[in-house]
This record gives sequence, structure tokens and C-alpha cells, in this order.
Amino acid sequence: MAAVIRLVNRSPLSSAMGQQYLALSSTAKVQAAGVRAGQALPEKVKIVEVGPRDGLQNEKTIVPTETKIHLIDMLSVSGLPVIEATSFVSPKWVPQMADQVEVMKGICRQPGVSYPVLTPNLKGFQAAVKAGASEVAIFGAASELFSKKNINCSVDESLQRFDEVMKAAKEAGVPVRGYVSCVLGCPYEGKVAPEKVAHVAKSLYSMGCYEISLGDTIGVGTPGSMSEMLEAVSREVPVNALAVHCHDTYGQALANILVALQMGISVVDSSVAGLGGCPYAQGASGNVATEDVVYMLHGLGIQTGVDLSKLMDAGAFICRSLNRKTNSKVSQATCKL
Amino acid sequence: MGNVPTTVKHCLSYEQLIQDYPWLRRWLLQEKEIVPTGVKIQLIDMLSGTGLHVIEATSFVSSKWVPQMADHTEVLRGIQRAPHVQYPVLTPNLQGFQDAVAAGATEVAVFGSASETFSKKNINCSIDESMLRFEEVINTAKEQQIPVRGYVSCALGCPHEGHIEPSKVAEVAKKLYEMGCYEISLGDTIGVGTPGSMFKMLQCVMKEVPADALAVHCHDTYGQALPNILTALQMGVCVVDSAVAGLGGCPYAQGSSGNVSTEDVLYMLHGMGIETGVNLAKVVEAGDFICNALCRKTNSKVAKARGRTL
Repeated sequence: MAAVIRLVNRSPLSSAMGQQYLALSSTAKVQAAGVRAGQALPEKVKIVEVGPRDGLQNEKTIVPTETKIHLIDMLSVSGLPVIEATSFVSPKWVPQMADQVEVMKGICRQPGVSYPVLTPNLKGFQAAVKAGASEVAIFGAASELFSKKNINCSVDESLQRFDEVMKAAKEAGVPVRGYVSCVLGCPYEGKVAPEKVAHVAKSLYSMGCYEISLGDTIGVGTPGSMSEMLEAVSREVPVNALAVHCHDTYGQALANILVALQMGISVVDSSVAGLGGCPYAQGASGNVATEDVVYMLHGLGIQTGVDLSKLMDAGAFICRSLNRKTNSKVSQATCKL
Repeated sequence: MGNVPTTVKHCLSYEQLIQDYPWLRRWLLQEKEIVPTGVKIQLIDMLSGTGLHVIEATSFVSSKWVPQMADHTEVLRGIQRAPHVQYPVLTPNLQGFQDAVAAGATEVAVFGSASETFSKKNINCSIDESMLRFEEVINTAKEQQIPVRGYVSCALGCPHEGHIEPSKVAEVAKKLYEMGCYEISLGDTIGVGTPGSMFKMLQCVMKEVPADALAVHCHDTYGQALPNILTALQMGVCVVDSAVAGLGGCPYAQGSSGNVSTEDVLYMLHGMGIETGVNLAKVVEAGDFICNALCRKTNSKVAKARGRTL
């Protein structure tokens, strides 16, 4: 049944037909979130494709190395400028990424495309560089509990570990991207203070990360919490060094990304076909689908350099290989337009 | 006859659909039962207890075209009406309006289109001809003090014509508003809109119809519904249509979703500090109920996530 939601506020108002309802301007509430429709949006957005790593790492099925390589090669010719290829976390913890070296050596690298890999510590960094990595990424958390449960140490201890990686990367001339998890909520702590997110983001940026990707790890964020968090972070880190990594577990990802764009963010992480579920909400979706993000950005007149149909081909390929349906609504739609 | 998607009830010429889309005929013939009247009534009663202000209850389109709504009179008579909740029903013409009033309707809705081709295929007449029909309904409704809500389909794109000019949407919206509709709901019928096209369309429509008389009815077929709704809110729209559990697929994109789910919209609005008066948990319960009754999974991501959070 169709429902009509009327927004409620404090001043009374009567409609022409005598219906009384508490009224509004939603504009006031929404503007409190610091965003306006029609505000200048970035002309270009860089999409960081995390499907081959973050996506496949969180899928139940482990895919063969050749399939991963083929996926990355298909993505490489779709126009995506950055494709997160694999992870140098120990295979003991992440068996899905055990073939990290073969993947790095097997992919056909396109000129102008970056292939960052995850490196949790110095050992991982050294193994990554040896395997041919020319960009790496490190993962912090804005939540103490999440940090302890995820990587077995406090936030400060993790930053110390990353310091080693940063030093080695600087010496080797390898750029480092920093991730902050749980920026809009934590599965253990619940609400996360924007100031905490800002503190961790600033630490990573000050250590030398060229870009900080702010991750809504469990997808609980909304345009309200996204804008509040970004306001706090952008006081500490320049907005052109920030990215958003939104999960779609509660269906909020595209709305959250829109708000981030309105606040000046021009780098968005996403995963082809929406690969990667949510380990904290079994059966629920995780990463936002790159196809759906690109569809929205192109509809806004924002350039991405991405060919949507080639991207959809890559999504179709990996879904066939995983024997699963795509999480991308754009791919699901077969509208005859 | 089997379960007909919710969108069929209010959008489409059933016979034309069956003719154009053989898969639909096959799909319908596979289904064993229509949703029983008792189930519909229970769903509406559950929704009535959630705080929702408006619940579109049924349709007085001829049951020849939309057999799923053949029990419109029993539904309207069977529901427990909550105070301060409206239960509008669709009325495509004067006959439908009279039947609706006889069955106890106290608010009705008429459905126009911004696309000529869609209008012809859907209700077998041009936009101008449809306006004449609606004028009869609206004038009669005025005499009986019955409010009329106007819908404009294909506001952001048409399955037949493709791009729809915002000025055409504005023209149809203005006409319905000037005829006496108290509110105009602008429908992205096939879900192709993005915040870009939503912004341009609303800018145009708002030159002709005040923002506080507008609503948006976004379909999520391409996953764009929530950012489109957000854009509309930022432009001053404060009425949003949605469907519990995201019921209703898209007949123009087989297997795809249609209506945006009420639960996901509420989650976003509440997260932004916007009051709706609606209890999200109760809407999730109503969604669980109807999905069990239909033996299908919810289209709401919030409902899916809440059901399984560790």
C-alpha cells in the first residue's frame, strides 16, 4: 500500500481542505545539515573501485586467482582510475586474499590506473612492494572496540604500526592511502563521535597519507550524521584529501554520497555489483554498487571517466563467477529506454 | 488470476500490459491466489497504527483492468479507520468516483501523465482528454467536499518517450492544481531520475505550483530514490510517497524494484532529525507481515538489516 509521509514540525498550518497537520519547512532542518540542493558540485569525481579487494574479501565464495585477474583486467578498461587489487594481510586472517602475489603479478596494468593494495604492517608492505605494488593503503578505526576486535590493538597502537609503514613507503616513494572505519557508527560501540573520526583522520594525514577514505563500515549513516562528521573532519583535513566509503546496508549510501559531494568531497569508493556483504548484519548488503554511483554522478553531469556499460559487463562477469545476483539496481533494471 | 504488482494498480492499462509483456501474463498465471481481502485489511490496519498520516487504500479502477483491486468496496468498508489518518483511493473517472464515495471514501486521487504516449497506452486517451475526465471528478468532489490529490506520472522519464521536458511536467501539474487538486504528487514512474533531473524538474514545477502543494513519488528501480527524495527535501518539498517493504516491482524492468520502501525513507528522514510522526519499528512489522503473506522478501534494506543484525 502506498504511504504518504508528511514531514512534521512545530508551527501549525491548515491546508485548504481543513486538514491540520504540524508543519514545516523541511528546508530548515535539512539546511541544518549544512547542505543545499543546487549547490556547486565537483565537476569530476574520482571513483576508487574496491570490488576486487573489499568486495571479494567479504563474499562467502573464494574465487580462483584467474577470475580475480580477469575481473581486474575488465575493470581496468572501463575507465576507472583506481582499482584496489588485493590485500597483504596474512592469509591466516584473510584466506580470500591468499593469492595476493599471483594477482599482482598476473594483472594487466593499464597506464593511468592505480592499483593500491592493503598493507596492515611493515611486513605486509615489504611483501607488497616485492610483488610489484606501487601504492598501498592502511586501515585505522574511529572506534577503540572495533580496532581491538578487528586488528587486535588500540587505535593509538595501530597508528604506531602504520608509522613504520609510512616511513618505509616515503623512502620507497610509494604513496599511501589511509582508511578510517566506523566513521558513522560502530557495531560494538554504537555512536562514534565526529571528533574521534577527525582525530584519527588528522593523524593519518599528518603521518603522510595523501588521501583519507572515511568508511561507514556498517552503513548506519544518514545524510544527517554524514554532514556532521564531515564538518568535523574537514576542520582538520583539507576536503580535497578526503574520500567517502559508504556501505548500503540501510539503503543510505547514495544519499550519503550526495551530501558528501555537496560538501566538496570528490573521491568516492564503491564496489562493482555491490560486492561484499556486511559481516555485522548477516544477509544484508555492504558496499555500494559502483554502477549505481556512476549512474547518479553522470545524471548530475559529473565526469567520472567511467564507461558504465563496460563496468556493468565486469559486474555481470563476476556475478556469474560467484553464482550470485548483482546488488546493483542499475544492473538489475532492464528498462527499455 | 495471480498477484499483480502494486504498481499495476495505479499505473497501467492491464490489458495493454498483458499484450505488450507476455512474461507478465505467464507470471500472473503461475500465481495461485490473489492477496485475500482479509490480508489487505490487516495490512492497512497495521499501517494505521504506525503514525502514518495517509494510506492509499485501494483503487476504483474497473476490476476488468485491475482485478487485484476488485475487492475495493470490501477493503474500504473493512478497515478500521484511525483518527487523523486519510485513506485516499484512486478514481480514474466519474463512475469510479461515485463508486468510491458510495463505499465510504473521503479522499480520492486522479492520475495524469507528463507523457502523451504513456497516457494513451495507460488510460487510452491523450493528456488533454484525461484532464477533461479528471475535471468532472474534481468538480463533483468539490461539491461533496472531498479532497482530491493529483498524480503526474513519468515526471523524470517515460518508458516509451524517454526524456520528458520539465516544462511538460510543470504544465500538467499546474493544470491539476488549478482544477482543484490540493496536492500534486510527481512520480518518477520508471525510477530513471537522478538528483540532477529531479532538481531541474522541480525548479520548473515550482514556478507553477507552490512547494507546499507538491509531493514526490520516487521509484527505486535504478537505486536513485533516496538521493532524489533528499534533493526534493532540500528544495522545500515536504511530502513523500513510499510503499511499505518497497512493494511493487517495475513492469518496465523485469525483476527490478519499483516503489521506494517506506522503512528506508523513514530511516533517512529520522537520521536527519526530520519528524514524521511515524514509528519505524511498527512499519517494519507491517512490512514483515505483508511479505510473509505474499511469500516474498522485503525490498527494504532497513528491514533486511534489522532482521539480521548481530
